[in-house]
Amino acid sequence: MSKESNSGIPTDSEVILGILNNSESVLKRLYVAYFPMVLQLVINNNGDGDDAKDIYQEAIIILYNKVKTGDFELSSKLKTYIYSVCRRLWLKRLSQIHRYGGDIKDFEEYLSVDDETEKNNERDIQFNKMGDALKLLGEPCKTIIEDFYINNRSMQEICESFGYTNADNAKTQKYKCLQRLKKLFFQQK
Amino acid sequence: MSDNQLLEIIDKYLNGEMTKEERARFEILRNENAEINSKVAEHKHFTGLIKQYGERLELEKRLNAIHSEIDVHALEEELMIHPSWIVQLWRNHHSKISVAASIAIFAALCTLFFTGYLNNRETNYVKLSREVANIKKTINSRGPNLNPHPKIDNPGNFRGTGFAISSNGYIITDNHVIKDADSVYVQSIDGKSYKAKVVYSEPQTDIAVLLITDPSFKSLGAIPYSFKKTESDMGENVFTIGYPSDKMVLGPGFLTANAGYQNDTTAYQVSILLNPGNSGGPLLDNKGDLIGVIDAKQTRMEGAGFAVKSTCLLKTIQDIPADSLKKPLTINYKNALASLNRVQQIKKLQNYVFMVKVYNQ
Repeated sequence: MSKESNSGIPTDSEVILGILNNSESVLKRLYVAYFPMVLQLVINNNGDGDDAKDIYQEAIIILYNKVKTGDFELSSKLKTYIYSVCRRLWLKRLSQIHRYGGDIKDFEEYLSVDDETEKNNERDIQFNKMGDALKLLGEPCKTIIEDFYINNRSMQEICESFGYTNADNAKTQKYKCLQRLKKLFFQQK
Repeated sequence: MSDNQLLEIIDKYLNGEMTKEERARFEILRNENAEINSKVAEHKHFTGLIKQYGERLELEKRLNAIHSEIDVHALEEELMIHPSWIVQLWRNHHSKISVAASIAIFAALCTLFFTGYLNNRETNYVKLSREVANIKKTINSRGPNLNPHPKIDNPGNFRGTGFAISSNGYIITDNHVIKDADSVYVQSIDGKSYKAKVVYSEPQTDIAVLLITDPSFKSLGAIPYSFKKTESDMGENVFTIGYPSDKMVLGPGFLTANAGYQNDTTAYQVSILLNPGNSGGPLLDNKGDLIGVIDAKQTRMEGAGFAVKSTCLLKTIQDIPADSLKKPLTINYKNALASLNRVQQIKKLQNYVFMVKVYNQ
């Protein structure tokens, strides 16, 4: 039955499986399916389309991370879960920018999801720190690190693309880069 | 083994690029050497962070790509709840509107306050019956033996003035004087008190007609004043006599307007110093024609009193149902006062003006 709809709203289990399998189409269907709901929430509560995008993507990332790390347990409908997370995030954002009027117009039922967003906050901080550290690292270090650790390219490939005469040089370079990155990462507050 | 080499081995180990043998050897080394073990954990954590960063960056890129295919603007149009423009105006500007409204209200109140509009106008208008419940007076001066009417001892709860309209004992007073009365007595100038009963009352014009029913009452004799059938003019010299206190008091003045309180055309406005107790008193002009019945005064304006017009009074008398009249009621249109001066007029009049005493619980 999950195969029946290749467009339209994916079932909840389809989404979980799709995330685990890195399925592009499921992610897209998921995104398209629930974005209007979140857009409605945000634009009718003092926000605009860009706010809705930020909030929604953050929620999708939370869901994504949760599923990937394996501690996602679907205790309600996925729709309710996403709405709840977005609602929580938006309330937080509203109070940060002092636009929170004390009440929020709701369009769906929702659950309490405080700790989910807190955990994500921690991840967010590390993500930003890593981004900043990489930016400060400069080239060619940044690319070497990204190629090796993120894009999973072998030292041999990296060696060739950077024109190092032998792999050892590349390895030394990579080692130095990593040490610097660590230093930059942990130096940040 | 340098740090550099160690790290390379760890990388290999973590990436699963080791052969089985190498892996087994490294795991033994790791178990034996705590330093290496912690290095492995540390490196694993850090590269994990780098990987997470990469994944997140990639995910965001994917999400942005998906997002760019959505027509957000059209969706917004569709999903936005459009409240009526007035609600929207309120939402966007409610603080400003609130402030403006407060200022407006404050300004209005200030204006009203300083122009004196706020003082309740209704209270300016008081009926002139006199409440005497708390004024306990013992009227012993005359001596009980001389007085054949012991009822005089009781001053009544309310008091007003009334005047005769016929010799057989019909008396006009104000409805508000005798309203809610249990019993009504009228007292003449010589101190005699007679029981009376309410024959007719009209709250609208505030006129009441009493009839003296006391057996001791004898005819009053011909009424000296006549009832004016036309309206009097502004500026005319008028006067009233009545019982604002225990004795009869003259109130001279002018007719100052042809309409009463709030342009009531059935009443005159007069400039006479009126007091509670004057209610129901006759209003007469210089010639001794009865032109009205004293009714009320305005508290905020000194000397502004009101009197029901005689034309209205006559109409009321005509309206009395024939059944209510125990005795024939004949209105006097002959004036016996016209040629007399004020002192003589009053001397004749005073016998026909009564203190109306009202008893209720």
